[in-house]
Amino acid sequence: MDSYINIKVKVWRQAGPKAQGHFETYELNHIFQGASFLEMMDILNEQLIAEHKDPIAFDHDCREGICGMCSMYVNGHPHGPDSAITTCQLHMRKFKDGETITVEPWRSRAFPVIKDLMVDRGAYDKIMQAGGFVSVNTGGVPDANAIAIPKPVADEAMDAASCIGCGACAAACKNGSAMLFVAAKVSQLALLPQGKIEAAKRAKAMIAKMDELGFGNCTNTGACAAECPKSVSLANIARLNREFICAKFKD
Amino acid sequence: MATTKTETAKVITPEMAKIPQGPLEKKWTNYKDHQKLVNPANKRRLDIIVVGTGLAGASAAATLAELGFNVLNFCIQDSPRRAHSIAAQGGINAAKNYQNDGDSIYRLFYDTIKGGDYRAREANVYRLAEVSNNIIDQCVAQGVPFAREYGGLLDNRSFGGAQVSRTFYAKGQTGQQLLLGAYSALSRQIGKGKVKMYNRHEMLDVVLIKDADGVERARGIIARNLVTGRIERYFGHAVVIASGGYGNTFFLSTNAMASNGSAAMQIYRKGAYFANPCYAQIHPTCIPKHGDFQSKLTLMSESLRNDGRIWVPKKLEDAQKLQRGEIKGRDIPEEDRDYYLERRYPAFGNLVPRDVASRAAKERCDKGYGVNNTGLAVFLDFSDAIQRLGKDVVAQKYGNLFQMYEKIVDENPYENPMMIFPAIHYTMGGIWVDYELQTSIKGLFCIGEANFSDHGANRLGASALMQGLADGYFVIPYTIQNYLSDQIGVPRMSTDLPEFAAAEKGVQDKIDRLMAIQGKRSVDSIHKELGLVMWDFVGMGRTAESLKTAIEKIDAIKKEFWTNVYIPGEADGLNNELEKALRLSDFIEIGRLMAVDALNREESCGGHFREEYQTEEGEALRQDDKFSYVACWKYTGEDSEPELIKEPLDYEFTERKTRNYKA
Ligand SMILES: Cc1cc2nc3c(=O)[nH]c(=O)nc-3n(C[C@H](O)[C@H](O)[C@H](O)COP(=O)(O)OP(=O)(O)OC[C@H]3O[C@@H](n4cnc5c(N)ncnc54)[C@H](O)[C@@H]3O)c2cc1C
Ligand code: SF4
Ligand code: FES
Repeated sequence: MDSYINIKVKVWRQAGPKAQGHFETYELNHIFQGASFLEMMDILNEQLIAEHKDPIAFDHDCREGICGMCSMYVNGHPHGPDSAITTCQLHMRKFKDGETITVEPWRSRAFPVIKDLMVDRGAYDKIMQAGGFVSVNTGGVPDANAIAIPKPVADEAMDAASCIGCGACAAACKNGSAMLFVAAKVSQLALLPQGKIEAAKRAKAMIAKMDELGFGNCTNTGACAAECPKSVSLANIARLNREFICAKFKD
Repeated sequence: MATTKTETAKVITPEMAKIPQGPLEKKWTNYKDHQKLVNPANKRRLDIIVVGTGLAGASAAATLAELGFNVLNFCIQDSPRRAHSIAAQGGINAAKNYQNDGDSIYRLFYDTIKGGDYRAREANVYRLAEVSNNIIDQCVAQGVPFAREYGGLLDNRSFGGAQVSRTFYAKGQTGQQLLLGAYSALSRQIGKGKVKMYNRHEMLDVVLIKDADGVERARGIIARNLVTGRIERYFGHAVVIASGGYGNTFFLSTNAMASNGSAAMQIYRKGAYFANPCYAQIHPTCIPKHGDFQSKLTLMSESLRNDGRIWVPKKLEDAQKLQRGEIKGRDIPEEDRDYYLERRYPAFGNLVPRDVASRAAKERCDKGYGVNNTGLAVFLDFSDAIQRLGKDVVAQKYGNLFQMYEKIVDENPYENPMMIFPAIHYTMGGIWVDYELQTSIKGLFCIGEANFSDHGANRLGASALMQGLADGYFVIPYTIQNYLSDQIGVPRMSTDLPEFAAAEKGVQDKIDRLMAIQGKRSVDSIHKELGLVMWDFVGMGRTAESLKTAIEKIDAIKKEFWTNVYIPGEADGLNNELEKALRLSDFIEIGRLMAVDALNREESCGGHFREEYQTEEGEALRQDDKFSYVACWKYTGEDSEPELIKEPLDYEFTERKTRNYKA
């Protein structure tokens, strides 16, 4: 049964992108374990506001694990200690009375801190702009049932497509690689006949952009998939590599 | 206050709403055949501002850029992919009739009109049904991984009260997949330099400039860079608002935290009519509230009602035991369960439309039969389905939803029935638009949930995604050209013009005023207070009495807000509290407008239920002779009541019926 706990929250505070950051520890009493982690952060912020202090900046929006906006590194894990969920889906029942919880922003070269726990993930958008699409304009496309796609293939594409672009993969990776994110999109589109046509070109363009933006190389540590809130599988990276080799081969 | 030179008549005629002539099924074709277009060389010279990157905004921005226009696209989130549309679970409707179960464009049109309780425009709804099929084709071409059958063709399900299976879906993540499709098309255009994307930018006003004839036209916006706090000016030959719905007026809703009604209120204050603000949808299957710290409510997909059965105890003493936590739902024997939807609506049972299901839950809970500690919950039970289909099949269909429920509530729904309660979910009301999706201000368009157009007084499940994409991919790219074809001679204007300066000053003054209050209340504490008033007095059951009380209370909240809110920090940098305060200032105004509209509408229809107007069995009672119109509210100033302008709804092609889900 959920009950009330007292906790300490050790939070990374950083006034701006260039400012020196530091940890600050806050005490929070009487937190209901049925509250979500972000609701706990709301309570903390209300407390800070009441004391006329600067509330903690953090990104969030849907609060149901789908928009990919929330991005906290909790007790050493992107999205916290629970598996296959985002920060906003984490609940206080995962923590014990008296515990000190450490909260940091994503730390990755390609994701500079904007303020406190908020980072700039614009690099993921740029990778998408380099090739994360099928080149079709609106209108003039064939009937949706013109091409049959085997269910297992469609399901696999769907699994890859479930990536929410949160950045936990790069944040979890000691090399700061965005490989899982890129692989998820490349796989989804390469699996489907609609996207197959541009598959090699797409893989090449997205990887080139990833390298250009300062993401590290993938050395197959698997940390990304282990921390991915949507359980995007490492098999996608293998598929990306195949498409990439294929593209190289064509050059 | 700025006023527009548009029509001042008290009635909007079909001509003024630009409804094309001809039979229903020919109207859109006729329109397209005769509308004016902009040639490719001129498109390059025209700038279009699109505010919002949800399904409506992203699809519009991408398509307009593909056509050759220069697009400036704005969103609040750090990436266009995170717009609230991403959270839609259940699916999207289309009249493909792939299942050969009798569906057609006409049937989708008819269901939407009927579902909206005869309060939507026939011509718009027919067009929506017509283009629905193109949407599915487009999404498949983009690589949206819709669910498929073993034969490789697209799968469908029946959704939210429909008697045909016309809903396309991608697991429980349809909105995500559709939005990522639109986002990929948008990304492609950003990469090509045809769309300039402004993330973390919030529109704070629209800029109107008079042309040589003295007609005011939308020519730009004022936006705040949410990272630097800078107020910036942007020019566009036309402005498209795709800012989503205003459900968060209630504080607790299924909407995302940043969903807001501010862009709508900004343009309302500049002269755009706000239509049917009181039409809000309360979704029956949400996880009940669990504490005062609660920040939002989570929707459990409507698809659960396909196999789940909704009930409360028959005996009051059982309900009381549940409320005290002495027994669990599974302890109550079959004969003591009241499957009240099946009892009241034998033909539709658990699949009655949302408004009907929500009110029925409220009715039971009001009588004391609620099943959790607050008495504000009913059971959604899968034990029959598990027996009939087996646990594996149930898990396959609903596993991710069950997991979501368990993560939040910490209870296993395979073993004990889920608890659900209605919550604010969607707003059918919004900015008034004509058939071209143009507001009552020239050059200012409004699409997606932000407009009022297609759902009447109640929206059917899986139809919002359809409308957002219809507006963005297939309607606005045509209709905006009919407007812009006259504007090709208009050069890009300087943002140094006095109209821009004046609009910026207005925004700056408002921010300065807010920052200067330095009171004692946090923004959220006042927003929660507003939410409670909305829920209690402008919620599922409204009366003249409750609405008058609401207006008084909201006026008091407004005063409290403007004298006692506390915003920490500075305005010239990242400041979440200031962002929230600006949005709350508008939610307060919307809340009041909702109450005013609800008070005016002396009838019950769709999501709007006035307790004075119900049948003996407690069903909604429309007053077609008096209220078969769109209520368009025109702003008349800060301290005066808005003016009501009516757009009568004549049903030329359908016969108005009383919605009946009993037989
Ligand atoms: C939980 C949930 C589930 C749903 N499931 C379904 C479903 O299964 N089927 C269905 O048909 N419908 C569903 N809906 C409804 C549907 O998702 C929405 O109505 C629809 O997605 C709205 O799309 P939109 O493009 O109009 O607006 P939104 O997606 O809300 O996008 C609004 C955009 O405007 C931007 N914006 C807002 N204000 C400003 C401003 N001032 N300045 C700059 N940018 C601004 C935001 O940043 C965002 O990009 C669901 C809704 C919810 C809440
Ligand atoms: S692959 Fe997983 S961790 Fe990486 S961005 Fe996508 S959802 Fe996040
Ligand atoms: S806030 Fe949207 S995924 Fe967490």
